[in-house]
Amino acid sequence: MLLKRIIPCLDVDRGRVVKGVRYVNLVDAGDPVEAARLYDEQEADELTFLDITASSEARRTMLDVVARTAQTVCLPVCVGGGVRSLQDVRDLLNAGADKVSIMTAAVENPALVAEAAMQIGSANLVVAVDARRVVDGEAFRARAAARQRQFGDAIPGGAAPGPEAGWEVHTHGGRRPTGLDAIAWARRMAKLGAGEILLTSMDRDGTRSGYDLPLLRGVTAAVPVPVIASGGGGAPESLAAALDEGPQGGHAQAALAASIFHFGEQTVASVKRRLLELGIPVRPPAPFPPR
Amino acid sequence: MQSAPRIAVLDTGAGNLHSVLRALERAGAKPCVAERAESLRSADATLLPGVGAFAAAAAHLAETGLGAALCESIAQGRPYLGICLGLELLFQEGDEHGRAAGLGLLPGRVRRFPQRTPEGALLRVPHIGWNQVTWRSAHPLVKSLPQQDHYYFVHAHRAEPANAAHLAGSCNYGAPFAAAVAWDNAFAVQFHPEKSQRAGRRLLEAFLAWLRAC
Repeated sequence: MLLKRIIPCLDVDRGRVVKGVRYVNLVDAGDPVEAARLYDEQEADELTFLDITASSEARRTMLDVVARTAQTVCLPVCVGGGVRSLQDVRDLLNAGADKVSIMTAAVENPALVAEAAMQIGSANLVVAVDARRVVDGEAFRARAAARQRQFGDAIPGGAAPGPEAGWEVHTHGGRRPTGLDAIAWARRMAKLGAGEILLTSMDRDGTRSGYDLPLLRGVTAAVPVPVIASGGGGAPESLAAALDEGPQGGHAQAALAASIFHFGEQTVASVKRRLLELGIPVRPPAPFPPR
Repeated sequence: MQSAPRIAVLDTGAGNLHSVLRALERAGAKPCVAERAESLRSADATLLPGVGAFAAAAAHLAETGLGAALCESIAQGRPYLGICLGLELLFQEGDEHGRAAGLGLLPGRVRRFPQRTPEGALLRVPHIGWNQVTWRSAHPLVKSLPQQDHYYFVHAHRAEPANAAHLAGSCNYGAPFAAAVAWDNAFAVQFHPEKSQRAGRRLLEAFLAWLRAC
């Protein structure tokens, strides 16, 4: 059977890991290649680099990071952050990325997703969706109407008000609302050719209070492609909840987490051992540390 | 054969051969990128990696003459390893972005996974992640491998070999599918050994051990 994936995520700014990885055996904790090597040794199922570099000139640095990582590790690497064009996608794949994730560019130009899927294949194309729970239904509906006028692709009237108001797609690190309903947007992205949805709850991101399970259930029910849960991962139990296929679970195919691994409290192996105890099918960790 | 076999890695025109080249080096081979047909003749073995879409790669192989050279190399008995697309292209026909002819070395078609399991449940396509492969072959390459192991897959299409004798390894996603095919001097896998950590290294080492024994 297909196993659930555990994916450490590294934020990279101008070629350096932000929120450094606190491991004693790292020569340089700020070097993303070193961190990637460590997660490869821990047998992470995949690795994600999120490039948070603000200046576009410094973005070429990421290509070098990706190339050096591909030379070093033997696990699949997904790269996202600041991917604006088909050329950016190609550059990253040529540098050695296995999958490329796009977000803002998809919101601004949904046709890019279809074009990229046609050119490189859906299997390597991830669309990242940053979602925030709607608190002000009226403001959301106004933004949805504006989006509808400009792009013609928002749900007219927006999501229903009240506790079931739903989630709105955001860009720019969760700061910029788009007027797009997150579930409908994810469905559309999958239809256009996204091979995978990387779904981040901006409400939970960085809180370590657990993934947004209703959001995950909503999106996994709406799309026929794999969904990676992100935002809120803290204890192994919260990853288990995101991956759980039961009625209360998140139904996600993979769980992405950052701080739980970076601060050395848990290794990928220790998380997986706990997940196996909890009945989540993951690739069993090596019986002994590889080094 | 010399201790570091020379392996011609075919360039499908879609880029990113780094991982495969590096993984082969690590396993003890001397890989080189083959952009032209001549490069295949001086190699001990050929490898077609899993980059790009079926139709685009098939067209590239036809235009460059690499496809014909590959068929010739296999027909002459040189060992071949196919990865992902390198398995799919061995078959007669693929249906990715419209029908396209493959190399036609094996009878059968390459088709997209159905969106439903035989039981009617949703099947998420692409098939992405680690899944278990069970070897079902007497091919020398698999003899040293564990009977079952987990490998990394990322694909939306899979081959339907018309001849069951070509099935070398099976995997289950919604229903059983061909994770590996083999005959005589050719071996191809749908998963990515170069991304499959220990299990992948074992497979590439087994490939090199088989080369040396050829």
